[in-house]
Amino acid sequence: MSLDTDQNEIVVQVDNLSLEFTTSDGPVHALSDINLDIRSGEFISLIGPSGCGKTTLLRVIADLEAHSAGDIRINGVSPADARRQRAYGYVFQAPALYPWRTVRKNVMLPLEIMGLPHADQQERAARYLEMVNLAGFENKYPWQLSGGMQQRVSIARALSVEPDLLLMDEPFGALDEITRDHLNQQLLDLWRKTGKTVVFVTHSIPEAVFLSTRVVVMSPRPGKIIDVIPCVFDKDRTLDVRETPAFLEVAHRVREGLKAGHSYDDDS
Amino acid sequence: MTMTHKLLREGTLLPVLTVVLSIIVIWYAGSIRLNSPQLIDRYEKNGLDWTFAELAFDAWEMERPVLPSPHQVGIELKKTVIDKPFTSKRSLVYHAGITLSSSLLGFALGALLGIGLAVGIVYVSTLDRSLMPWIIASQTIPILALAPMIIVVLGSIGITGLFPKSVISMYLCFFPVVVGMVKGLRSPEPILIDQMRTYSASATQIFFKLRLPSSIPFLFASLKVAVALSVVGAIVAELPTGGQGGLGARLLSGSYYGQITMIWAALIVASLVSASLVAFIGIMERIALRRLNGGQAALG
Repeated sequence: MSLDTDQNEIVVQVDNLSLEFTTSDGPVHALSDINLDIRSGEFISLIGPSGCGKTTLLRVIADLEAHSAGDIRINGVSPADARRQRAYGYVFQAPALYPWRTVRKNVMLPLEIMGLPHADQQERAARYLEMVNLAGFENKYPWQLSGGMQQRVSIARALSVEPDLLLMDEPFGALDEITRDHLNQQLLDLWRKTGKTVVFVTHSIPEAVFLSTRVVVMSPRPGKIIDVIPCVFDKDRTLDVRETPAFLEVAHRVREGLKAGHSYDDDS
Repeated sequence: MTMTHKLLREGTLLPVLTVVLSIIVIWYAGSIRLNSPQLIDRYEKNGLDWTFAELAFDAWEMERPVLPSPHQVGIELKKTVIDKPFTSKRSLVYHAGITLSSSLLGFALGALLGIGLAVGIVYVSTLDRSLMPWIIASQTIPILALAPMIIVVLGSIGITGLFPKSVISMYLCFFPVVVGMVKGLRSPEPILIDQMRTYSASATQIFFKLRLPSSIPFLFASLKVAVALSVVGAIVAELPTGGQGGLGARLLSGSYYGQITMIWAALIVASLVSASLVAFIGIMERIALRRLNGGQAALG
């Protein structure tokens, strides 16, 4: 199978990356010997059970966590430099909105920090809120929005920085399934429209297979990659694709991968 | 919404009234109990017969009572608050004004000092370890022992009047503000700090856009405690300065001259001053929290 992003330049390059935490019980191998190249325009899902290091890997890419061995490059530079260049937008598990700011002002927060002219801040806030279908909600406060809407504000905020790379840490994990399906479709449309590179952490198999160009299956103790599964579905796919044999086949392979990693074993 | 509010308000009125009424009843009863030994002595010396009603009446109208009755304090309050011009040295409003000005100056200085120390403690880990024990130790010294020394030391270097009294208020005020602000400035969740890091925000930006607004609820809780303490501080400061004016001086001269009613009147005015200051901070708090919650009424 070949992907149409195969020839694109590498955005995230991870070589033999390891990360050890020192705890009172001794060292914990959060990540062990990770190798992964992510090319421009790809949608990569990191999937695995709790403790497999998927979020940790995302945090290393974002320079929120330091690796202990190996090498990682974002656009050819270190994660710290990439962070300082504001090369990525990060969407957290929780919307992380400021209650004292309106929706518009929340989206403007990173732009204020970047020191953009006020008019540009306003224009970008309007544009990206429109993109996540929240036009008209600019003057509302976060508490006036539903959980799904709040998470869309947080996506608009990450997009407003206009990064080429979007890092998303289980952004829809706390939402109900209907809202999640809806937002998955919206996110797919958004990705198609903007051509951004996305690294997406999830523990939902259908979500990963539906959204991704490649699904990276991870297993815990130590956190490592056990399979990388390409998903080549029609770019204009809708949620219905989840009923097709091709989709179920890929989903099956992801599930087998997770099983092979003994990921559903007890902590014994 | 207005309906439930109304019910709530009516719901609190009755308990409050009940408490006030009980206090007055207990006060009147206590006044009889505490003043009666003197009165009974007097009756017996003069060979008078007395009934309980007469005893109660005399106890509530005694000239130099051990415990003045509520209406005697009321009359004293009327005399010294309403009847006297505010500029008179016999007006409690005049004395309350003196106490209030040194409380407010001390409160302002204490709040500023407290916020400043809190910022230092949150941002400089050496300060966290070196300052915090001293700050706590400072509050273990009884203010009554410390106040005269502060007045004397500052007086000897030529600082007299309002400022030394404010220093004592400040000394009491800064503590709750430090404790509250340190907690407040550290209150943003890790996810919000991480988020600021992904924006590669500077320490100043994180402070003004995230930490400071997050600390506001904690700040107001501290300010309410601090403002009440500032009045205590000012009154304590006025005791050693003697006779210069202020509610503290009034309390002192009341006890010199055995004017118990005067002491009670001064006490009531002092508590009214504190209560109004706390209420004022409470109103500011509600306004601030409403803005902080994006127009949503603050919980609790």
